[in-house]
Amino acid sequence: MNNSEYLKQERAAAWRDDLRKAKKNKERTSLARVKMPEAPPMERARSYVEVNSGLTPEQAINEASRCIDCANPTCISGCPVEINIPKFVKNIERGEFLEAAKVLKETNALPAVCGRVCPQEKQCEANCFYQLKLSTEPVAIGYLERFAADFEQQSGKISIPEVAHSNGIKVAVIGSGPAGLAFAGDMAKLGYEVVILEALHEIGGVLKYGIPEFRLPNSIVDVEIESLRKMGVKFETNFIVGKTATIDDLREEGFKGFFVGSGAGLPRFMNIPGENLVGVLSSNEYLTRINLMGASSQGMDTPVVRGKKVAVIGGGNTAMDSVRTALRLGAEKVSIIYRRSLEEMPARVEEVKHAQEEGVEFLTLNNPVEYIGDDKGKVKQIRVQRMELGEPDSSGRRSPVAVDGSEYIIDADTVVVSVGVSPNPILPQSLPQLKVSRWGTIEVDPDTLQSSIPDIFAGGDIVRGGATVILAMGDGRKAAASMHQYLTNQTKK
Amino acid sequence: MNKVISKHYYSENVVSLEIEAPRIAKARRAGHFVMVRVGNTGERIPLTISTANVERGTITLVVQKVGVSSRKITELEVGDEVTDLVGPLGQATHVENFGTILACGGGVGVAPLLPIVEELKKAGNKVISVIAARSKDLIILEDQIRQHSDEVIVMTDDGSYGKKGLITEGMEEVINREKIDQAVIIGPGIMMKFAALTTKKHNIPSIASLNTIMVDGTGMCGACRVTVGGKTRFVCVDGPEFDAHEVDFDEMLMRLSGYREDEIKADEQYLCVSKNKGKA
Ligand SMILES: Cc1cc2nc3c(=O)[nH]c(=O)nc-3n(C[C@H](O)[C@H](O)[C@H](O)COP(=O)(O)OP(=O)(O)OC[C@H]3O[C@@H](n4cnc5c(N)ncnc54)[C@H](O)[C@@H]3O)c2cc1C
Ligand code: SF4
Ligand code: FES
Repeated sequence: MNNSEYLKQERAAAWRDDLRKAKKNKERTSLARVKMPEAPPMERARSYVEVNSGLTPEQAINEASRCIDCANPTCISGCPVEINIPKFVKNIERGEFLEAAKVLKETNALPAVCGRVCPQEKQCEANCFYQLKLSTEPVAIGYLERFAADFEQQSGKISIPEVAHSNGIKVAVIGSGPAGLAFAGDMAKLGYEVVILEALHEIGGVLKYGIPEFRLPNSIVDVEIESLRKMGVKFETNFIVGKTATIDDLREEGFKGFFVGSGAGLPRFMNIPGENLVGVLSSNEYLTRINLMGASSQGMDTPVVRGKKVAVIGGGNTAMDSVRTALRLGAEKVSIIYRRSLEEMPARVEEVKHAQEEGVEFLTLNNPVEYIGDDKGKVKQIRVQRMELGEPDSSGRRSPVAVDGSEYIIDADTVVVSVGVSPNPILPQSLPQLKVSRWGTIEVDPDTLQSSIPDIFAGGDIVRGGATVILAMGDGRKAAASMHQYLTNQTKK
Repeated sequence: MNKVISKHYYSENVVSLEIEAPRIAKARRAGHFVMVRVGNTGERIPLTISTANVERGTITLVVQKVGVSSRKITELEVGDEVTDLVGPLGQATHVENFGTILACGGGVGVAPLLPIVEELKKAGNKVISVIAARSKDLIILEDQIRQHSDEVIVMTDDGSYGKKGLITEGMEEVINREKIDQAVIIGPGIMMKFAALTTKKHNIPSIASLNTIMVDGTGMCGACRVTVGGKTRFVCVDGPEFDAHEVDFDEMLMRLSGYREDEIKADEQYLCVSKNKGKA
């Protein structure tokens, strides 16, 4: 049965039919999209409470009833892991919340995370019937995903997937971000002995050290990690593959397959004058100090700069997270400096909106050209240049062009540089035979995610460069399926 | 995992700890370091691996109390576990037979210097070491350095031991009497700056091992960046050793001072807390 047949069959289920008949489409489309309950901007901007507090069951059911259960559900094609969206949404409508969570987990290993951090406005929701045909606000698929996943987490009835009888084959996962976690889950289900090796002292990758508590509480990630533990997955922290031990060492210890999900953790800088002044730091450093090392809490040894006037360079999620973190650290004035306009910002629309509500100033079409320090070498000002948008480049984005003679100076005592990341080179450097691109990403077969070394598979940011949680997770699952195939063939030989 | 096996005091403030870490012991080379965190509120700090024993599966770290984090490490006792220990990190020292080596270690910099001296000696070099500190009680690892050197000159600022004077004076003495093929410089930033100027004056190729602020130690944050030969480099992955004549020491010193106020505050707070604990 192919996918569309499966979807048709599911849609034909009697309960779905009954639900469709229970309400007229006109009635459904006349409902307004739900508003996510949020902590008030001025309150939340000084604390780490989660900004979105989640839908109530009534709100969720109501929102779910907006979905008309299309015969051709275009939303699914917008989802990188093709969640059966109408099936989970309709389960919410009929009050079967645990069932809805189960549908999510058929394809998404981390629904509570994705419901919070996916760029839905570019994916499923962008392809919802409401958006495409009615040009009105799409069904809030992301909010509903989060609702069902949270309901399951809080119910204490988390379904731990069934694990096949152990096949005794050891596989190693390098990196514990979403790619590695998803891979581990699927391999454990298939009966493999899975060990996750993580360089840092915490499990979770960017989900822990990068994305702040006010957007993705650590406890949400911990529930997923706990589920993996219950499925028999082993975790080893403080283990850098390529340094603490090489892949060869691990092969000798009996590991038969390797999945590299080591991410794109290296911060980029712009190489402009003054970038090494005190008070200029990467968003990775800033967020790591807070999220991994707890620098903002009482009694923690790791310090962090607490600027009064903080400028964040960049327009991605990392920039939004940094600028909103600066507010929470007590900054008086916080600005985003971004060289294109608001429309081109790669950050999730919701994060930009939240940042605006919290009082972040947006200096779009502006670009720093120099940082100016005081006599102690501490940054005090930024020389900024105005930009305008030129012709669209190969990616279709209009590239910014500097406006001559437009330079001016703004004050800043802290600058957070958030202009992108590069792949982590430690593992590739330890494997000279491994094929990498000129950007340092690992080259893989697009269908199997197998690298140039047969027992090594890779996915997530180490293959894609800085991408998204859902793509990393999808890669992990895909790699698990093809490594299983590969190892099955190996043992047959 | 990572249990403290033995502990030795070189002085009141300088402690050597032998720690169980079989994988690191096996993988490490001279010049490598580890990141260490003590307690769940602790900070990650870099420490050079002084020596390792593959059979015993241990590494030895030499730590000087300078702030709250190094203090917590020096307070570990035999049998305690190090909360987090990860490595070996950084690029290993490039070892070959250069001829005559001038090995310069200032203060606690002598600890990371020791494995390098050992390896260079093994590779057939003639090694002349100059170790220096403010006063006698801050001179560490003298015997161990002697074991692997052809000659050792000890300098103290106050003349309480060895010769009175700065490390550069001891270096000049050696440079003036024989041909040096390679210098290795490790110590506090300001000492490295002047030691590098000294060898530069005499055109002696020199490497310096830098000890910058680090957070992760794996290239992830950029806290450790320095300018070398006009380019930004990350000490934790590209270093810690660089051409001493190319390092912008003034920038490095400035960046090291970045968190100084916080560190002094944290140390005072920590001392207050532990004093109060002692009372209770
Ligand atoms: C601040 C921030 C905000 C973001 N916001 C969003 C968002 O809202 N929505 C979204 O979809 N995406 C977002 N992203 C991007 C998303 O987080 C990443 O695309 C995703 O986490 C990539 O997953 P991964 O599993 O490939 O790698 P990572 O999550 O980066 O995990 C890699 C892990 O591997 C470890 N590692 C590296 N090398 C080794 C080694 N040699 N040995 C052992 N371990 C190693 C690392 O320490 C790390 O823990 C954000 C990223 C950041 C930094
Ligand atoms: S496109 Fe929108 S309305 Fe149609 S099934 Fe998907 S979520 Fe429901
Ligand atoms: S310590 Fe973080 S990059 Fe070097």
